[in-house]
Amino acid sequence: MCSSRERSIRFGFGLVFTLALGLILAAGTFAGAAEPGRYLYGSKATPEQIAGWDIDVRGDDGVGLPAGSGTVERGTEVYAEQCSACHGTFGEGQGRFPKLVGGQGTLRGERPEPTVGSYWPFAPTLWDYINRAMPMPAPHTLSADDVYALTAYVLNLNDIVPNEFVADRTSLPKVKMPNRESFIWTDPRPDTMAKPCMNACIDPAETRIVSTAEGKQLTPRTTGPLDSMQSK
Amino acid sequence: MRPSRWRSISLSSNLAGTPLGRRSVLGLGAALTGSFAIGAKPAIAATASPPADAPWSQSLGAGVVDRPYGRPADTEAGVIRRNVPWLTAGAESSVSFSPLQDLHGIITPNGLFFERHHAGRPDVDPDQHRLMIHGLVERPLVLTMKDIVRFPSTSRIHFIECPANGGMEWRAAQVNSLQFNHGMISCAEWTGVRLSTLLDEVGIRKEAKWVMVEGADGAHMNRSLPLDKCLDDCLVVYAQNGEALRPEQGYPLRLVVPGWEGNVNVKWLRRIKLGDRPWFSREETSKYTDLMPDGTSRGFTWLIDAKSVITFPCPEKPLSGPGLYEIRGLAWTGNGKIKRVDVSTDGGVNWQTARLHEPVLSKALTKFTLPWQWDGRPALLESRVIDETGYVQPTIAQLRTQRGTNSVYHNNSIQTWQIKPDGSVFDVQLA
Repeated sequence: MCSSRERSIRFGFGLVFTLALGLILAAGTFAGAAEPGRYLYGSKATPEQIAGWDIDVRGDDGVGLPAGSGTVERGTEVYAEQCSACHGTFGEGQGRFPKLVGGQGTLRGERPEPTVGSYWPFAPTLWDYINRAMPMPAPHTLSADDVYALTAYVLNLNDIVPNEFVADRTSLPKVKMPNRESFIWTDPRPDTMAKPCMNACIDPAETRIVSTAEGKQLTPRTTGPLDSMQSK
Repeated sequence: MRPSRWRSISLSSNLAGTPLGRRSVLGLGAALTGSFAIGAKPAIAATASPPADAPWSQSLGAGVVDRPYGRPADTEAGVIRRNVPWLTAGAESSVSFSPLQDLHGIITPNGLFFERHHAGRPDVDPDQHRLMIHGLVERPLVLTMKDIVRFPSTSRIHFIECPANGGMEWRAAQVNSLQFNHGMISCAEWTGVRLSTLLDEVGIRKEAKWVMVEGADGAHMNRSLPLDKCLDDCLVVYAQNGEALRPEQGYPLRLVVPGWEGNVNVKWLRRIKLGDRPWFSREETSKYTDLMPDGTSRGFTWLIDAKSVITFPCPEKPLSGPGLYEIRGLAWTGNGKIKRVDVSTDGGVNWQTARLHEPVLSKALTKFTLPWQWDGRPALLESRVIDETGYVQPTIAQLRTQRGTNSVYHNNSIQTWQIKPDGSVFDVQLA
């Protein structure tokens, strides 16, 4: 029973109201970062759940290192039991299992030997890696103390810490690794500026083969059953 | 007049029905075997099909669900992932290579997708698997697989390449094989939820700049990623080419970081933690960093540069005499789409632009072809990709000038295949 004018006023009010509601909702969405999620799937991670899985240790400053400690001496025992079968008694490696020791001064050479001593930039990374991934057949089964002890032992094998060094959450971040300053953490690529030349790009006389895989006995077979070849 | 050695090989190989491509350099032996077979079994010609019906045309085949989960034909049994046993200490922390020489498209079949494990392949129970998201977030969450599948889903086709693909060739041509020199790349359609959706759900605190992703394998494999990349195009996926992920590719859940090196695409994904700085884990300091000739090392070199390779002909698939061939290959780039691929048959003196086959997708394998009339003379085949940023794939010599020979990773150089008059193909490097 209302006039068309009244109807248009009501319509106008409705439009404004809808727009306002829309803005409020939009604001809610944009502020969503601070709000509970939209989907509400899953469950809140409890402090106990987080504590069990929150194993990461930050390499450069050791944030995340747990309580506990280990000596070089204790590390010698744990190492003999848990590590020497693959890494050798003194970290010299075994077959193709990695060397942990030596190689300092080789990084610019023809055959660099990157090891904990010659290459790794941060000591807490060593604790983190032993803790999360070693020993290979039973990863993440060592106590924090034993991981500290192994870290101390491997650093000592590399002459980075003295025999009386005790590894803990305070001492490890302070260890200055020899290769620390050699890393560049921003990617400088593209570092080749090839041009897409189409014709007579190089002198055909200079197109010469400088190496070939022919005759090198390094290629496993690519037909039939899997190959078990080892290098010479 | 006696037929020449290679002519007789070609002849006998045709009669014996043995694809020449099955052999690489053992041609003479195979030729003798072939001749012997012909001499010993002349009856083969009488029962040849055509004109005869083959046995399978005169018998009843196996019924449906004879193989409830299908598998390739028995005669394709040699088309498998393969490893280089001398490369690693054991098979658990190792790699296997996709048989690119036997693949024909841009999608890698799930059973042939290359593998890289740091502590072997765990067999994860999906009912017990959880994804935890915590750190600098408003509302730390634990999600079950059912929770994750409920989120809005996205499917995208992306390659994943190990940055050590081609790593055996920095110093010299060593391995005479397409599979072993280039097979640490594969491409699949991935289905899952955008990582940005999950991060919005937990609420990103403003101090957060980095994201650590971690696997449930024995390596507890972890890497740091910039938050911007995670919000841009990363996916948390549970499916690969339409079916659940294979255990080798991270079942039940993995991260896909399009265009970035394989190892950041963490498999068996169980934890995502937000922080204000990178973690400098072992896998981004001691490994997956690039040693330069001056003794410095580059870290956080995530991008896969543009790369291409001719997949036919190749050492595993030689030519069978002069004539018309289709040179085939694959190109890819972490920068986005492929713009152009050029092919040279004379070692890079002259180039022709190849045809790109649809679909040309961002951060996915792209197929190219070029018809080639081979006159039977020696040739040096190369392909060179240019991506949408204008980046041009370099030669190995250009790469070495910048990076020396000890950087292990990110060898995206032009591959040269040497074609000999007998049609055999060898991996070579040019000056």
